[in-house]
Amino acid sequence: MTPALDLVDIRKTFDGFVALDDAHFSAYAGEVHALLGENGAGKSSLMNVACGLYTPDAGQMLIDGAEVSLAGPSEASARGIGMVHQHFKLVKPFTVAENILLANPRRSFAKGIREISDEIRRRSDALGFNIDPTRRVGELSVAEQQRTEILKVLVGGARILILDEPTAVLTDQEAETLLTTVRGIAAQGAAIILVTHKLADVKKFADRVTVMRGGKTVATIDPSTKTTDELTELTVGASLPLPARTPGHFGRRRIEVINLRCTRADGHIALEDASFYVRAGEIYGIAGVSGNGQSELAEALMGVRTPESGLIQIEDAGEAVSAASPARMRALGAAFIPADRYSYALAGSLSITENFAVGGVGTGRYGSWAHLRQSAMKKDAEEAIGAFDVQGVRTLSQKAALLSGGNAQKLVIAREFSRSPNVIVAHSPSRGLDARATAAVHSRLMSAREAGAAVILISEDLDEALALSDRIGVMTHGRLVAEFDAPADRQQVGRAMVGHV
Amino acid sequence: MNELFINWIANTPGYAAPYALAALGLILCERAGVLNLTAEGIMLVGALSGVGATLTMGGYPQLAIIIAMIMASLVSTLFATMTVLLRVNQVIAGLAMVFFCQGLTALLGNLFEWKNQPITGIGRIDVWPLSEIPVIGHIFFSQDLIVFLIIPIFYLVNRVLTRSMVGLRLRAVGESPEASDAAGINVTAYRFLTVMAGSALVGLAGAYISVASTKIWVDGVTAGRGWIALALVIFARWRPWRALLGALLFGAIESAMPRIAAAGIKVPQYFMLMLPYVVTLGVMIWVAWSKRGGATDEPGALGQPHVREERR
Repeated sequence: MTPALDLVDIRKTFDGFVALDDAHFSAYAGEVHALLGENGAGKSSLMNVACGLYTPDAGQMLIDGAEVSLAGPSEASARGIGMVHQHFKLVKPFTVAENILLANPRRSFAKGIREISDEIRRRSDALGFNIDPTRRVGELSVAEQQRTEILKVLVGGARILILDEPTAVLTDQEAETLLTTVRGIAAQGAAIILVTHKLADVKKFADRVTVMRGGKTVATIDPSTKTTDELTELTVGASLPLPARTPGHFGRRRIEVINLRCTRADGHIALEDASFYVRAGEIYGIAGVSGNGQSELAEALMGVRTPESGLIQIEDAGEAVSAASPARMRALGAAFIPADRYSYALAGSLSITENFAVGGVGTGRYGSWAHLRQSAMKKDAEEAIGAFDVQGVRTLSQKAALLSGGNAQKLVIAREFSRSPNVIVAHSPSRGLDARATAAVHSRLMSAREAGAAVILISEDLDEALALSDRIGVMTHGRLVAEFDAPADRQQVGRAMVGHV
Repeated sequence: MNELFINWIANTPGYAAPYALAALGLILCERAGVLNLTAEGIMLVGALSGVGATLTMGGYPQLAIIIAMIMASLVSTLFATMTVLLRVNQVIAGLAMVFFCQGLTALLGNLFEWKNQPITGIGRIDVWPLSEIPVIGHIFFSQDLIVFLIIPIFYLVNRVLTRSMVGLRLRAVGESPEASDAAGINVTAYRFLTVMAGSALVGLAGAYISVASTKIWVDGVTAGRGWIALALVIFARWRPWRALLGALLFGAIESAMPRIAAAGIKVPQYFMLMLPYVVTLGVMIWVAWSKRGGATDEPGALGQPHVREERR
């Protein structure tokens, strides 16, 4: 039997970053085929190649055994590949029928709406979706919007359905219903590709699973022949020996977070009862699959997000701060390395000196409100840039945006660490950096630990969290579900991340 | 007094027509997600082209109006290129276009000596015998060609916008370019062509002013009506029929101004000129206040250039 979809030796790079490296994948009609991997393993990139969003640098794509090269998403859907994206591609003010008509155009609008509404009702009844074609998409629940997306690709005649993290936005019960329905669609002859990082879903609903790691395909197996542990090991890789580290000298609790709770703008709970403490001279790692509340935690710690309830207590502050402002947190000796350096840490169009000095302006070191002591700013910036090895600085007045990612991050660290902070909050500090810059960032965090700072390292990179942390807390669905002391077992942490404590 | 009243009502459509047509053109652009501030400039292009074509051809004002629409559409390709293809900030590009068109039309009007040259233009058409009906005949059946065409134009544009595949795609592009892109719609082409089509209507509005109302070209003959049309779009919450209603309202105010002055009642001229903007500000505040946090009627991607990103 020829596979419905066959991807062979796919390679894709983005500005030198290798996202896919000789990845291969094949799915047959009638099966639910899971694609498993950590964040950044290349699952989404590979599926974006399959649905025509990315053009691969090398490799072949075959549909029913015939080689194709897709010009774009519309050609993919014409060939029967339907993608249900994690972020729905729906027009909110339009009705369900209008949205589906938009993706499956008919010649006449009025006739098209009629025909498509009938088809929606028919398919919706058959699948138990209970979707009214005349409702506005903006009024539907997330689960209903997802059903609309699935109906959209089915009406388009898709025989190969790619569902990108379909259960990430659903409650457990909704997820169960969805996956059962999806099995039914497969039984009628479609090939279903389930992109996920949830082992439970894979074990329960997938006929086969392909595991990806670091842009490569690791294995394609029948999930029922493997234990959860074995699947975890395939996903996160073998336990590597950890680099040697000096034993910590932990002091008193420097920062304590008590029952922090945050709600997102859409009403979803982002953070619930998050409690942990960090001692002086300790790195506390927070691991987890991205989107499980890490950003909200980082923002609350920085003081740019007001928690609904809970406390952030800093030693020596003499009081607990529940809704601190960034200025107050800084005054208490906190330093921040945000995940997105160009929105929170640097002003790209200002000079290096200005970016460096802005953190210290409030102290009066660089003059009063009416006067800036340029010479003092320059002198400090120059010293710090030397001390923190920021490369690529031609002149101090050059724009910060001209620095490479690694050097921009070093500039942020130079500014934040030059004040000898007591508490450091670092969110994905090595995201987008090459190996050398990553090592430099890591050694800075380690030396801050030696100097007695309490470091909170929020990282979606498990290796980073494991290598640096003295203790690791694992976040899923906004809760800290497990805590491990160093040296933590990679498998156990990995299991906690995907919901198997 | 009665005579005065009938005259006022009968003159209102003529004053309302440029507002209505320009607002309709702008609604098209904005429903496709392009914030079009060029109206005042494109109206001037239409107004000059209408007079210029009439003078050059020695008549044929109807044909001249069509030429004006084409010219307006062609000039708008500059704006479309900047905003849709090059993704320049739409506000800045729009404002620059207005000042460019003001300068360009003044320059060409002088160069070709089209300035201060009266033309015959298009006149009233009496639909006999209906035009002989007292009161109603004068108001409804004694208007110029363009005014008669306004209702069909609005019907057609509104139908295309809400009841056709082209309209569905156009609105989708303005609400969510990402979803449209995923649905295989060429967002760039839709936006570019919509700017051209909308600008043709804005050009028609400008040509109406010079060929049907003033019947002469002078620099800046549109006198800020493009800005009022822009305000009307917000007032109408991007709905064509509401825009027509608003245009009639502003047309009635403008038509009343000389009559009020003639009746000896003194209302400061600048107060009347300010009035449309006061109404617009009021509407915006009211909408923002009553729909806090909820959905507004504003197209979701208004003013946002579309960039298809392969990776964040």
